[in-house]
Amino acid sequence: MTPILTMRNVRKSFGPLTVLPDLSLTVARGERVVICGPSGSGKSTAIACVNGLVPHDSGRITVDGIELDHRSGTAPDVRRMVGMVFQSFNLFPHLTALENCTVGPVTVQKRPRREAEAEAMALLERVRIPEQAHKYPAQLSGGQQQRVAIARALAMRPRLLLFDEPTSALDPEMVKEVLDAMIALADTGLTMIVVTHEMGFAREVAHRVLFMDRGEVLQDSPPAEFFAAPAGPRVRDFLTHLRRPNLHHA
Amino acid sequence: MKGWARGLFDNVPNALVSLALLWLLAHVGIGLWDWAITRGNFDAPNAEACARTGGACWAFLGDRWRLILFGPYPYAQQWRPATALILFVALIAATATPATWRARARIRTLIAAWVIGVPLMAVLMWGGIAGLSFVPARLWGGLPLTVMLATVGVGLAFMLAVLLALGRVSEMPVIRALCTLYIEFFRGVPLIALLFLVAVLFPYLVPPGWTMDTLLRAGVAFALFFAAYMAEAIRGGLQAVPRGQYLAADSLGMGYWQARTRIILPQALRTVIPSLVNIFIAAFKDTSLVVVISMLDLLGAANASTAEARWWGLYIEPYLFIAAIYLAFCAAMSAYSRGLERRLGVGVR
Amino acid sequence: MTSLHLAWKRPVVRAVVWQTLALTLVAALAVWFYLNITGNLARRNLDVNFGFLAGRASFEFGENLVGYRPGDSFLTAFKAGFANTVLVAATAIPITTIVGVFLALMRLSPNRLARGIAFGWIEAVRNTPLLLQLLFWHQLTIRALPGPRGAWELLPDVFLSNRGLYFPAALAQPAFGHAALALLAGAVLALILRARLGRLAWLVLLAPPLLVLAFTLQPVEVTRPALRGFNFSGGVSLSPEFVALVVALVVYQAGFMAETIRSGILGVAKGQTEAAASLGLRRAHTLRFVVFPQALRIVIPPVTSQYLSLTKNSSLAVVIGYPDLVRVSQVTISETGRAVECITILLAVYLSLSLFTALLMNLYNRHVMTRGGAR
Repeated sequence: MTPILTMRNVRKSFGPLTVLPDLSLTVARGERVVICGPSGSGKSTAIACVNGLVPHDSGRITVDGIELDHRSGTAPDVRRMVGMVFQSFNLFPHLTALENCTVGPVTVQKRPRREAEAEAMALLERVRIPEQAHKYPAQLSGGQQQRVAIARALAMRPRLLLFDEPTSALDPEMVKEVLDAMIALADTGLTMIVVTHEMGFAREVAHRVLFMDRGEVLQDSPPAEFFAAPAGPRVRDFLTHLRRPNLHHA
Repeated sequence: MKGWARGLFDNVPNALVSLALLWLLAHVGIGLWDWAITRGNFDAPNAEACARTGGACWAFLGDRWRLILFGPYPYAQQWRPATALILFVALIAATATPATWRARARIRTLIAAWVIGVPLMAVLMWGGIAGLSFVPARLWGGLPLTVMLATVGVGLAFMLAVLLALGRVSEMPVIRALCTLYIEFFRGVPLIALLFLVAVLFPYLVPPGWTMDTLLRAGVAFALFFAAYMAEAIRGGLQAVPRGQYLAADSLGMGYWQARTRIILPQALRTVIPSLVNIFIAAFKDTSLVVVISMLDLLGAANASTAEARWWGLYIEPYLFIAAIYLAFCAAMSAYSRGLERRLGVGVR
Repeated sequence: MTSLHLAWKRPVVRAVVWQTLALTLVAALAVWFYLNITGNLARRNLDVNFGFLAGRASFEFGENLVGYRPGDSFLTAFKAGFANTVLVAATAIPITTIVGVFLALMRLSPNRLARGIAFGWIEAVRNTPLLLQLLFWHQLTIRALPGPRGAWELLPDVFLSNRGLYFPAALAQPAFGHAALALLAGAVLALILRARLGRLAWLVLLAPPLLVLAFTLQPVEVTRPALRGFNFSGGVSLSPEFVALVVALVVYQAGFMAETIRSGILGVAKGQTEAAASLGLRRAHTLRFVVFPQALRIVIPPVTSQYLSLTKNSSLAVVIGYPDLVRVSQVTISETGRAVECITILLAVYLSLSLFTALLMNLYNRHVMTRGGAR
């Protein structure tokens, strides 16, 4: 089985600052990977490179057999297979929740509107907010918006779903509902790469936990091993900080 | 302090200022009343008769209001520009109602209404078919001309402006440079100079034998001119759209035009509608400049209305009349724009 | 997937194609216009030649700063027209600023009547065309003002009648114009080097004009306007068209400027006013030391574009016959038939003014940004 994602020697710099010096990563089909680490460690840049929102400087990124080559313009092809959920939701404010979920399938994948709407309703039910289908994002709470964002990404029938700190911008009482929605996805066998600080989520559904610091992967192991035997002082410090309840959010 | 007195007499300096201003207003008010009502002439036969009382010559308006409103359009056919005017205003009002922007179906109906409506009004004005007598464009004038020129000019300008704005922020350097040059050129020259250009230079710019009505030339000048201003306003709107929207659209695999038409532009345009309405108001007022290329818009017609011996020398009455019309239209549009701003600020969709 | 489709996916290909298309379109249009112009000119036995500027112009000028007389070259006529445009702008801009600030303060006044009057003024000028207002003021000036015999004496030896504004000749010397230029140059220099000069900035500002005046001001025999026969003679006159134009521009633009200044003052964060109040500053002091400096920074760009608008609006002078640049172009075209050349000159002059202003604005913005401007 070919891995769904292969990153080999990926390098990304922003001007004089090299965020990712040499990143290599492989994710198998159906795997659920959590990436954690201190802010500035390059985790968000790394997953933004996967769907080409940030063009990598060198190295190879292959998603389900398609090589992400910006010069040949394969980024849109990759993006049709890869979904993304953003920290700041990025819902389209002028469209209803349902329309947010159908605009992608209808305009990009050219699926018939009725089919897209039916599927979107089903997805909104899956994230437990079918009654909000005709509301606008401004009328929804943060947690509801993020769940719509998840449904929107799922509506494209992605083979790989990326999450960039999906709960970091939420008020604490809404974090649970979003995490629950994400955990529910785990049962579907969807490949997920999640950048997050929510270790409870990692413990429950992740196959692997990666720790990144300064652009390097310092540890890559199953959750049990990760929490039991942190590899090195930086990982240990990070975990200690996480265990202190008040220092959770940046 | 009683409600009405607050802001006027609540302290000594304020009271003094209020008294002084009240004295001034009373003085002006009484003089105005005297001129307009007490000594006003409501049925004098000519300007001389009015001059005898020294008051306002309202009889002039009673006699000439149709000439001012419709210009040199043939008297018996004036129902045609009147109808065209009402249709135009109705279309504009429909376009301006926020309720129509919500559904794609309604937008399509609106566009269809314009596509059918404009040729229909052109037929009404020009005639020559369906039993309507032919009226050449040089006889069009007054309020219908003002409204049509402003609307068609700004309508065309808008379409061009969207392209210019997108080009102005494009990543392609040649496109960006061309759009910037266009915008800076048309923002740097006065509208009068452009009107001269189209009026005087048109025969040189086109192959021999090509003609274009002065009205259409003016419309082109208006469109090219206001497109530059609208493009800058739209560019502001584009820059106000959060970067996350571009990311979200990209992450769904949308192409450049798909993202722009479905996601970015709807948001950008929504925020700059008040500015665009202000530009329309400016265009509406600037139609008065066509007097320099011998067209009789509302202002031109007002000027022409006193050109005969009977009413020679009057200027306050015709100017007041059209000032009232301009005020009514522009104030209504300003109020609309302010209302929109309030609506769009609250509960951003 | 065809190879064409594959090629189109490459961003580089799309960029090259679109840009080439755009350039080709624009070039084609330019070539088409060029061919049409040259062809049409040839057909009428004309050409594009700026040599006509040396020819002799026969039209009359009401007033001019350049000393043009009928029979001088067209180039001189253009210079005179341009000088008149500048004169109108230079006169109207300071007055507009003062009136605009005054109106803005009225609009913010605690007195309701003052607010209402200012509101009425602003709404009246914003909702009616400038041309209408100009024609109104023009008619008022030539019909409602008294004749020379009954002229109003606004200041000693300054007379206003329906034949224009007359004032003593001592005031109309080139020395004043040069001093004004020196003041402008000094102001720009002082503004830029403000940080380094400190108190010396005032010296840089005031010394040049005073020096210019000291060296070039001539003890001209002061000719006072005096009523002789049907009109004044002696002194210097400004035509009723000039008076009407300046009044119209001031009344109109001050309304817009008042709104700009008002939003600038309101734009200074409300917290600033509250902070100042909590420090015990009285309202007037708050306005002067806290709000005004910050508001100034916010409003300078839009106010500058108002100045530019005013200058462009002065082109309406052609409608009332005031001999500004546009009018000179118009008359020259009718005398020489050189439409292409004249309109080119017209557009070039206005464009230069606009671009120059834009440049100054860019410099100013950069200056503000590097010094920690809020915007």
